[in-house]
Amino acid sequence: MRVGVVVFPGSNGDRDALHAARLAGAEAELVWHESTDLGGSDVVVLPGGFAYGDYIRAGVLARFSPVMGGVRQHVAQGGLVLGICNGFQVLAEAGLLPGALLRNASLRFEHRWVRVAVERSDTPFTRAIPRGRTLRLPIAHGEGRYFLPAPDLEGLEAQKQVVFRYVAPEGNPNGSAHDIAGVIDVSGRVCGLMPHPERASEPILGSDDGMLVFRSLLESAAETVGAGRESAEVVG
Amino acid sequence: MTLLAPPTAESAPLHRALGLTDHELDAIVERIGREPNQLELAMFSVMWSEHCSYKSSRRLLATLPVRGRDVVAGPGENAGVVAIGDGLAVAFKLESHNHPSAVEPYQGAATGVGGILRDIFTMGARPIAILDALKFGDPAEPGTRALVRGVVQGVGGYGNCVGVPTVGGELVFHPSYAEDPLVNVMAVGLVREEHLTRAVAPGPGNFAVLFGSATGRDGIGGASVLASAPFGEGESSKRPSVQIGDPFAEKLLIEASLELIHRRLVEGLQDLGAAGITCAAAEMADRAGTGIVIDLDAIHRRETGMEPFEVMISESQERMLAIVRPERLDEVRAVCTRWGLPAAVIGQVTDDRHVTVVQGRSTERDRVATDRVTDGASLLSHAVLARIPAAALTSDAIVYDRAASRPARSRPAPAPGAPPIAHDGLPERGTDPAAVLLALLGSANVGSRAWVTRQYDATVGTDTVAGNEHAAAVMRVKGTRKALVVATDAAAQVAALDPYLGAAMAVAECARNVVITGARPLGVTNSLNFGNPERPEAFWQFAEAVRGLGDACRSLGLPVTGGNVSFYNESPAGAIAPTPQIGVVGLLDDVERLVRPGFGAEGDVVALLGDAVPGLAASSYAEIAGAAPEDELPSLDLERETLLQELVLTAARRGLLRSAQDVSGGGLAVALAECAMWGGVGADVALPVGSAPAAELFGESPSRVVVTVAAGSWDALRHLAAEHDLPLRRLGVTGGERLRVELVGEGATGAAEERGAGVADEIDLALSDLRYAWDHGLARALGAEPPPDAHDRSPARTGRGR
Repeated sequence: MRVGVVVFPGSNGDRDALHAARLAGAEAELVWHESTDLGGSDVVVLPGGFAYGDYIRAGVLARFSPVMGGVRQHVAQGGLVLGICNGFQVLAEAGLLPGALLRNASLRFEHRWVRVAVERSDTPFTRAIPRGRTLRLPIAHGEGRYFLPAPDLEGLEAQKQVVFRYVAPEGNPNGSAHDIAGVIDVSGRVCGLMPHPERASEPILGSDDGMLVFRSLLESAAETVGAGRESAEVVG
Repeated sequence: MTLLAPPTAESAPLHRALGLTDHELDAIVERIGREPNQLELAMFSVMWSEHCSYKSSRRLLATLPVRGRDVVAGPGENAGVVAIGDGLAVAFKLESHNHPSAVEPYQGAATGVGGILRDIFTMGARPIAILDALKFGDPAEPGTRALVRGVVQGVGGYGNCVGVPTVGGELVFHPSYAEDPLVNVMAVGLVREEHLTRAVAPGPGNFAVLFGSATGRDGIGGASVLASAPFGEGESSKRPSVQIGDPFAEKLLIEASLELIHRRLVEGLQDLGAAGITCAAAEMADRAGTGIVIDLDAIHRRETGMEPFEVMISESQERMLAIVRPERLDEVRAVCTRWGLPAAVIGQVTDDRHVTVVQGRSTERDRVATDRVTDGASLLSHAVLARIPAAALTSDAIVYDRAASRPARSRPAPAPGAPPIAHDGLPERGTDPAAVLLALLGSANVGSRAWVTRQYDATVGTDTVAGNEHAAAVMRVKGTRKALVVATDAAAQVAALDPYLGAAMAVAECARNVVITGARPLGVTNSLNFGNPERPEAFWQFAEAVRGLGDACRSLGLPVTGGNVSFYNESPAGAIAPTPQIGVVGLLDDVERLVRPGFGAEGDVVALLGDAVPGLAASSYAEIAGAAPEDELPSLDLERETLLQELVLTAARRGLLRSAQDVSGGGLAVALAECAMWGGVGADVALPVGSAPAAELFGESPSRVVVTVAAGSWDALRHLAAEHDLPLRRLGVTGGERLRVELVGEGATGAAEERGAGVADEIDLALSDLRYAWDHGLARALGAEPPPDAHDRSPARTGRGR
């Protein structure tokens, strides 16, 4: 599997995502924000950080960068995209994921370890996660309060687009609607979450629960690549 | 405030307005052989400021031990560097940003973080950790609360954005910091030894390339106006002297600088901090024995109409000066462009050992490339605005021997009519030790720092093994089995009474905090925060602290690899408690052998290494309960401390220790409570107390460590202690959900029972009660809402003791 980790100016989780993807056994490379070529990536990760300084508001400038054209094309062709923290904010600003991420209810930056329930284990991002398993992951953000107007929120729930939800004992750290920590788009190919799975990648760091997300991606990509090769053979 | 108002007959002469004395003006004239012009005077005023020149401290600092087996770079470079094997080295330094933070807390603290990070990556090291040591006045005061909020948000706002985890530090409240808060920041970076880069300007003909943010009017005279004079009235007028930080620009600067270094495109690199371009140019030239010519017109600016002196001494943030060989210039420009950073050739290296400032000379690339300037003097056809020997600005700057005299009184006199505190004994005074323990755990100086550290990203970088909750941060080194262990400590309350002891104790405690993890300390950095050095009493405190720092480092075999000095931390209300802040970096050979402070398992033997000595003065206990006037400071035996640290390291290396925790703030009772809370395992211990139970339970005498060992390892530990001739006392066993400390011996039982005071000679508290007190203390003291999930456990403890 090839993972492309996008580097915006101001990304600071890029090398962490690269580290986690490689630990999971993927081939992973950085993709510069000025490039529209994703280098044949099966999965694109938009990492955490402060893309373009998060000026105006988080993620709003990054959506106009050249690489986002490549990301849209990648999505249109059925590729997978994972947005972590700032990457989630960018995907929401770009309209690739529903909702908006507002300032935390505390009005402060919040860093802590939280627990999230995995609401769906049938997505390419969660398929390796046993049903009912919760993940222990760190959060680190100032703008992570998930918001969607009430009717849309009901729709989101009805469509089962909520993938990760903050649960006890730590609970909801930022005031997100419905304790939402991460969502998926209707196609099931684009997922974003505020917690950092790439930082929970080794037991020595306090948890390796995040590797389940990367392993899920590896499994999904292997299947897609396998399927692609098969069909190519049929055509050939 | 206008710095360069033309002198008039009535006003003070210009040099005085700039903070230079008449004597210093004479010394300048002596060095350059003529009267300096206005620009030269401005350059001297910042370079000869206390902050840049170390003119009062330099002679004493020269007495510190700087040699060590692993030292790669020591004082005089941007940061100390120590080798850790595998071709890797660690760069680290502590620095103060006190005065700017007092004037503008958010920007002052933010730019403090930015400045120390630049000192690290300037050397080619990638910053991997930030620690902040913060000191404030009474947390109940609204002014203090505003400062705490601003400073904490400033540290977080900057560190979080640049993506360097903030993993540790200190937060201390003491009345002496009410007007003069201290913001000391430590940064740690990793570098491959082959990439180590010096701040030098070698090779006449090479270009001086300025890259990063544009130069503006912010931070004019920061070094001289803010950092090198006491605060008086109307300090808000000094706000224009505070720099404005842009962590986004810093992040780009980090990546661009490291790329330039890794691709070997620069011959030397220096960040622009205090005294801006003047300092970088003079220091780089002086270190290399060369000169440098700077063309003012080539410096990109963020505003028009700037005076030459403003351009030369501006402390605009996020700028770097690189020395580049002409044939590398295109590649350097390309790297900067890629990272979106403006870069310009602003001058050239010369061989005349002068800093020359010219104007009107085109530095357009082609022109410069053909017009190989090697001698600044040949530029006299251009408008030469300033010409000063580089050494006169730096290594040959003025130096003082300041007068030092011991203050007549080191402790404040009791208020008139205040009831004397006759005796410190517990429980004779009828005090319930459990209540005292809860009060201590919930006090602003002992309780959990989570309210602060929650605002810091501590996990970015995927290296943080332990951070913030405990006394030392543990950062693993990717690609090896190693980890760096980092701590920062001060003992200002002790130093207020005895600066020698305060400095020595801070070194001992900081090294001990590293050692208890099983890591070997490699080196010491420091930030020495004091009052006005022109006051003999304040200078005596400084001299004593430097002596204590040196003695402790020599005894423990630790080199001092760098640091900074911050004087003039005083206001009309008084001076701060002398605060030698110490930072220690240690190396753990195998991160899997990390010893943690929390009790690790049920049924382990709890033991105390070292002995309590009398003396409750300057303790947290004295702060809440009062100390007797005749009470003294606990003593420090450096030989015993050294033995203790050797013993703990040996025990850790042999795998004997299940847990280890330093006894410090709040004493043994608090240390036991922390071990129990953090490990999620209780304990049942008996503590023999003599004539002074308060000192045994809550005293803060140094050189003590609470350890646990598996029952089967007890004999091995005993032998080890005997070999080192150190006291080791078995206190009890771990287990259960409560901490029970029974006081036994002559200082206990009888007294309370005979008096019928109804006071138990024991502490018996549920872990949940300890945790509640510890979790809520700081937020309550600051009048803030308690942390919403204050009971949660740190990541370091998941999967253990459950």
